[in-house]
Amino acid sequence: MAHAAAVAKPPRPPRRRRASATPRRLPYLLIGPAALLMLGFIAYPVISVFYYSLQNYNPTKPWRNGFAGFDNFTRIFTDDPLFWDTLVFSAKWVFVEVGLQLLFGLALALIVNQTFVGRGLGRALVFSPWAVSGVLTSAIWVLLYNSQTGITRYLADMGIGDYGVSWLSDTSTVFPAAVVADLWRGVPFFAILILADLQSVSKDLYEAAEVDGASRFKQFWHITLPHLKDAIILSTLLRMVWEFNNVDLLYTLTGGGPAGETTTLPLYIANTSVDAHDFGYASALTTVAFLILLFCSMVYLRLSKFGGEK
Amino acid sequence: MITKEAPVAAPAPARTTPEPPRPNKKRRAWDEAPRWQIYLPLGIYLVFTLIPFYWILLFALRPAGSSSLIPWPMTTVHFEKVWTDRSFGTFFYNSVLVGVATLIMTTLVALAGGYALARFDFKIKRAFMLALLCSQFVPGALLLVPLFEIFAELQMINSLGSVIIAETVFQLPLSIILISNFIKNVPYSLEEAAWVDGCNRFKAFRVVVLPLLRPGLIAVGSFAFVHSWNHFLFALMFLNNQEKQTIPVGLNTLMSADSVDLGALAAGGIIAAVPVVIVFAFIQKWLITGFSAGAVKG
Repeated sequence: MAHAAAVAKPPRPPRRRRASATPRRLPYLLIGPAALLMLGFIAYPVISVFYYSLQNYNPTKPWRNGFAGFDNFTRIFTDDPLFWDTLVFSAKWVFVEVGLQLLFGLALALIVNQTFVGRGLGRALVFSPWAVSGVLTSAIWVLLYNSQTGITRYLADMGIGDYGVSWLSDTSTVFPAAVVADLWRGVPFFAILILADLQSVSKDLYEAAEVDGASRFKQFWHITLPHLKDAIILSTLLRMVWEFNNVDLLYTLTGGGPAGETTTLPLYIANTSVDAHDFGYASALTTVAFLILLFCSMVYLRLSKFGGEK
Repeated sequence: MITKEAPVAAPAPARTTPEPPRPNKKRRAWDEAPRWQIYLPLGIYLVFTLIPFYWILLFALRPAGSSSLIPWPMTTVHFEKVWTDRSFGTFFYNSVLVGVATLIMTTLVALAGGYALARFDFKIKRAFMLALLCSQFVPGALLLVPLFEIFAELQMINSLGSVIIAETVFQLPLSIILISNFIKNVPYSLEEAAWVDGCNRFKAFRVVVLPLLRPGLIAVGSFAFVHSWNHFLFALMFLNNQEKQTIPVGLNTLMSADSVDLGALAAGGIIAAVPVVIVFAFIQKWLITGFSAGAVKG
């Protein structure tokens, strides 16, 4: 509030003009590099994806290249069961992952926000998987899930389960196995953001609530949660988009298998463009994925009334 | 609703000494949960967090074929093999280069853009802000093909420059938004005072604003470094030459081999983890303050 007012109020114009020699051009010069980079390497590729989505474009079958109209889109919606399968799996993956990450992240943030002995170390350890990459996460969990020397072997030694079980190659266990691996890395993201936002809750509110005899649960429900609302909405949205788009972990952990069981839509698109070289069709799939993402985000922001009430 | 006097008035009758109990009471309200409610869930979660780390250390340090749960006798043979035979030494060097270059480029470009957004009103400001927000929804993974074509056109395939540019570009939008929020938190009057003292705009920024941005810049810079260190697809797509590849690509190669050398994979994983874990341990405190200062609150 205070700083917004300081910026908005024009503070003694003559002095301001003198200090900045080229006040008109300066802001454009400053955003120039960022704007150019984003135009060249985000906007232009996006436009070319839209363009290719209306083309037959396959470097290995150049004789078929040319304008395709809406053929690619017709094929997606009427003649591609894989599209629907991977879309459904993407939705399932995003909801389960983000839901669980938020739940555990919130709980974790509330815990490490308390004052206790060893808090600094506790925070550092609990947050540390955040810095680990998707590929490294895969490497670690490949070691854990390995059928010969992984965790199942030691469980079998203790009489739990059988020897030689591989959770990643069994269609009934691969989903929970992948979810747990991604949770390990994803929970700290929410915990860090929520903990950061918890720092700005006014202590007076709790004090007052305490005097009024509110239980700790009620304090959480009526003070903490409303305060965190915007941060939670925004971080869930960012995370949903991220979980949808990110293919590092599944690409390296399961490769989308077994039997296509864990192929998300972006993974399918990557396979279509990189392995099958069907760039035109992959571009159409990308366009559809992008529109779905945009639509879901708008609906989400509208439903959650982001930024309201304040 | 609640008057200012209430907190003072209420605890007084319960206690014999009226003054000291207040800070005590204050902390009680939220901070002091029963100890077991902190240590028990935290302990369980720590086990979940730490077992995977222990597991990879175990595989990296114990001899191949051993099934002992303690890495003893210890061996460094996996590290030696991965570092030289599997060229992780080269990958490490490449990854450091990409990470540091991305960090510097992202921070400088975002600092300029963030300052413009925080301190000026200009014609395309709204459009620029909208573009920043929208680009959050653009999946880098789905732009691989057009990006590949652009870099092929620029003769940059197989050069680290392509990866550095791609990482920077996708790191920029969030970084600009964060930095502009950090700058908004620094009162404009401080800069104006420096102008009066004879500084030009750039010097005023450098002397007055920049030192106050330190936590925020550390958060943004380390974010950029960790992201580019970890990111995998751009390097996989744009760098075909083994000499140029980065650590995540090297790890993927180890994993996708027909018979995975678990010891080498674990040692490679440790090499991948060490820099980010060090960066993380160093910035952890700033991360929380940095985010709470500028992040989510637009």
